[in-house]
Amino acid sequence: MIETSGEEYSAQNAPNLTPEIAIANLQSSDLSLRYYAAWWLGKFRVRQPEAIDALIAALEDESDRTELGGYPLRRNAARALGKLGNLKAVPGLIRCLECADFYVREAAAQSLAMLGDKTALPALIKLLDGGVEAAVQVPGFPHLAQPYTAVIEALGAMGATEATSLVQPFLKHSVPRLQCSAARAMYQLTQDSIYGELLVTTLATGDLKMRRVVLGDLGAIGYLAAAEAIAQAQVENSFKLIALKGLLEYQLPQQSDTFGISEQAIRVMNLMDSLL
Amino acid sequence: MDELIRAITVADTPSQMVTAVKNLAAAKDPSAIPTLIAVFGYNNPEAAIVAAAALTQLGEIAVPQLLDQIDDYNYGARAYSIRTLAAIADPLALDILISTTLTDFAPSVRRAAAKGLGNLHWQKLDISASQIAINRALETLLFICEDTDWSIRYAAIVGLQALAKVAIVQSPILAKFQLMLTKDPEKAVRARVQLACSQ
Repeated sequence: MIETSGEEYSAQNAPNLTPEIAIANLQSSDLSLRYYAAWWLGKFRVRQPEAIDALIAALEDESDRTELGGYPLRRNAARALGKLGNLKAVPGLIRCLECADFYVREAAAQSLAMLGDKTALPALIKLLDGGVEAAVQVPGFPHLAQPYTAVIEALGAMGATEATSLVQPFLKHSVPRLQCSAARAMYQLTQDSIYGELLVTTLATGDLKMRRVVLGDLGAIGYLAAAEAIAQAQVENSFKLIALKGLLEYQLPQQSDTFGISEQAIRVMNLMDSLL
Repeated sequence: MDELIRAITVADTPSQMVTAVKNLAAAKDPSAIPTLIAVFGYNNPEAAIVAAAALTQLGEIAVPQLLDQIDDYNYGARAYSIRTLAAIADPLALDILISTTLTDFAPSVRRAAAKGLGNLHWQKLDISASQIAINRALETLLFICEDTDWSIRYAAIVGLQALAKVAIVQSPILAKFQLMLTKDPEKAVRARVQLACSQ
């Protein structure tokens, strides 16, 4: 089964929801309305407390099950909570890391990374138990035993330096996507350019799909030395622009209104201009 | 010339295609224009870039055919046509650049058109026509500064920065930039506005 993120809903086809209706629909007897409402609340960033509470409750849902034992509503609720920025969701999401459904664990890891609360680190690190040896395909499923990519990217984004030695072995994992996640996290944890260069090498050698993924990684870590390689990559300009935007944002000070522009930032913008 | 054009139609591999297009480009002959434009539709980026450069070098003479042969069904090909028209910068392309900037569904094509709108050779038009044209370009670019896609707003700024070389439209452009510096939600977009203001 290929799990979808719900992003394929188009606004035109969607039932006309308001935050109040969406929150109420999370309790609807129609399971598809619940599933849709959870996605909608995240998509439209409905941050009111009632929405947060209803989504946290949906993380424990038992009624919506797939034929393979998955929890569709929990997945969407977990994804939505990452987008809403409320730390009240953290304990529930941490519990989701132990859910039997891989996609719930994956969504929870991604959302915990977005929320950035370090209390989640022990539970995330626990998912790396067994190391690379345990990171094998689950028979009959299109995924590994744990959502390693999401977990490792979360550890990198949250600066979990205590996990560095656990992440490093994944540079040698047989799944290329996972190698990239490990390189990305290792760069964030160590700031060692050797890991940034691993991504640059993959950008030159990987297939088109992998090149797009790596552009996302480089943008996420703001690896400035990759700017020219990004601009020259054999990938659609839209992906290159997003990656360079990531680099640019790392070159801009946090204070948004009165920043000066550095030489490096100008260099990145000149590359972006050339891709228009 | 016939031989050079024929080499393109019989190219079997992407690299043969690139070589054939390079040879045709080197002839710098206007009779190659339709063939060079057709290369945009072959899904061979390297060959398309060579063809676009060749058409840009041929310049204004290629513009009518570029305008006439825009591929409405292939946005990859359309992006190359728009980039080439933007690079040649003949104001004859104004209408197509405006409609593309406003209504094309492909962001890559819209960005190329927006950048091009700022750079047209206005002096090719007589005074009154150029004022009308410049104002239409201005209006279009100001409008897309409100687009929901940050990359479109970014391209609008690049277009407006170029357009600001025209004295009569400087003040509305600077006013828009000041507004975006405080209002635009994307830090990257605000940074590009700052760069435009400093240059």
